[in-house]
Amino acid sequence: MAANETRTRRLHRELQQLKTNALPGINVNEDISTSSLETWVINVDGASGTLYEEEQFQLQFKFPAKYPFDSPQVMFVGSNIPIHPHIYSNGHICLSILTDDWSPALSVQSVCLSVVSMLSSCKEKKLPPDNEFYVKTCSKNPKKTRWWYHDDTV
Amino acid sequence: MDSDEEDFSYEEEDDEGDDSCDFGVDADEGFDSTYDMPNTASGADDIFTYEVLTPDTIVSYMNTIIDEVDAVFQLTRPVARILLGHFKWDKEKLLERYYCGDQEKLFKDAHLVNPLAQSTLNKVQRLSRSNSGSTSSAFCDICLQVSTNIQTFQGLECHHEFCTRCWKEYLTSKIMDEQKENIACPAVKCDILVNETFVGRILNDQIVKRKYHHLIANSFVVNNRLIKWCPAPDCMNAVKASYSDANAVTCLCRHEFCFGCTEPVHEPVNCSLLKQWIKKCNDDSETANWISANTKECPKCQVTIEKNGGCNHMVCRNNSCKADFCWVCLGPWEPHGSNWYSCNRFDEKDSQNAREAQNKSRSSLERYLFYCNRYMNHIQSAKLECELEAKVVTKMNEMQKHNMSWIEVQFLTKAVKVLSMCRNTLKYTYVFAFYLQKNNQTVIFEDNQKDVEMATETLSEYLERDISSENLGCIKQKVQDKYRYCEMRRKVLLDHVNEGYERDFWEFQDIP
Repeated sequence: MAANETRTRRLHRELQQLKTNALPGINVNEDISTSSLETWVINVDGASGTLYEEEQFQLQFKFPAKYPFDSPQVMFVGSNIPIHPHIYSNGHICLSILTDDWSPALSVQSVCLSVVSMLSSCKEKKLPPDNEFYVKTCSKNPKKTRWWYHDDTV
Repeated sequence: MDSDEEDFSYEEEDDEGDDSCDFGVDADEGFDSTYDMPNTASGADDIFTYEVLTPDTIVSYMNTIIDEVDAVFQLTRPVARILLGHFKWDKEKLLERYYCGDQEKLFKDAHLVNPLAQSTLNKVQRLSRSNSGSTSSAFCDICLQVSTNIQTFQGLECHHEFCTRCWKEYLTSKIMDEQKENIACPAVKCDILVNETFVGRILNDQIVKRKYHHLIANSFVVNNRLIKWCPAPDCMNAVKASYSDANAVTCLCRHEFCFGCTEPVHEPVNCSLLKQWIKKCNDDSETANWISANTKECPKCQVTIEKNGGCNHMVCRNNSCKADFCWVCLGPWEPHGSNWYSCNRFDEKDSQNAREAQNKSRSSLERYLFYCNRYMNHIQSAKLECELEAKVVTKMNEMQKHNMSWIEVQFLTKAVKVLSMCRNTLKYTYVFAFYLQKNNQTVIFEDNQKDVEMATETLSEYLERDISSENLGCIKQKVQDKYRYCEMRRKVLLDHVNEGYERDFWEFQDIP
């Protein structure tokens, strides 16, 4: 249908943009991303001068059929999950633009930037206070969580 | 019965007040009015009135309010609608806030661009854009496409512009998938709301447009304190009242409900107690109550045990426990020796406490079941009443063959109506009584309740069985006397309860 067509066209453009206007520290994992338009993995480097300097993370994007009108499912995957008060040890991220404040004018690149900036403003590496309970009880899909955004400063 | 004259005077007085599409029997209508009497008498100047709104009148009523506000503000109707929505359709509050406060902040809170400040700015920007527009191209942040045809780009007063195709998909997905009528501009971190003029310009799919208008009407009803949807299934009407209160209202679909909580009319119990009761009946707290009343815990390992016979020497079945204890006192078995029946551990502190706790939950369960049974019984009877209504119609036809005119047999319809009214009231008296703390007034209440209960049962008996063609004259007299009596006693009961609410006779207990 039309919605899927929109998604395909938009993702092709985004991929192009990510390659041509690449931002330092944000790179598409080409093997995984080009083969499928549903799931992408982006390699994200911790910014220099922050607690996550020299670290590399992998962000997974899953695009629903209604993308970009519906928000993508975004979480950290792989062996290195950043330790951060808003990132659970299973990779789920508590970030309002990923659910409530999603706008179709946001893109993979701008989401990555937001995540990096969230990491950069962190002053102490620690897990969310309710990490243990959340990881045991949450849904696989982070969008199913009713996030309660409480702290904009970190 | 000497109450007859009184009752009839009521009926004739208030005949015209209600909708008149019934059978044209005055008795039928009069009943509703006697029902409201206590309220109108006590409320003096603010009489509760209501009207039913059909889907069309809902929209036209909404438009009237919008027009009124628009006439004052001289902005645009869509702006007036969004402002009204922001104030939950409280016109007075909006007007007050509009003229006695920071307007800039008001528009910001309502997610609007201040139309007063913007009108000049807007023109300048539009102008500059149309000058350069012919040469430059535009980029849509949603589809990430560059378009040379700038005419296809549109935006709200916040000037975030996107191509028409993306707008169309965005609005459609918000309306059809998320069922939202308050749609924000799709730009990042922009909360300016889309208005219906804009939606009308972008969308051309009639289904989506109709859905959008339906969502607007729904939010108008849901957010308006003085309008409630009729809760009957498939009914599209709403009821508008003069003030929000627990009063009985009847929709055009003939469904009668309480305006306060949209449950069926539930005099004499009030909305909040009824809510508690429904919750109590629905959740499984009573299962837990049953368990605590009918089972005991092993004093050692706390496993739950139900005794279904046999002697009082219990041996816990739990393999890792196997405790020996006495079912009666819950103390260890050992000191009982062989003669358990002279249970001499009776005054042991722990076992006494255990027994007390158990007795308490047992009696609270019994209490609940007592009231619940009676409540359920009336629900059951009300169901059977549908059949009775049909039976009565055949009876009425039968009687008309026996020298009685149509008008002469109408007393039966009225009797069935009174019967159902009384049952409904009785049903809720048990909910009321369940929460009631005993005092002198509750004794009067219980006597009233007993009286209505007995009269209602007799009336029901007459209608179910005792009418045959032979005794028509005398049974008519009996039925009429009885239903008038029921009606009167029901009113006495309700008046007493209402008086109690006003003069604070009633104390309610908090039962979880």
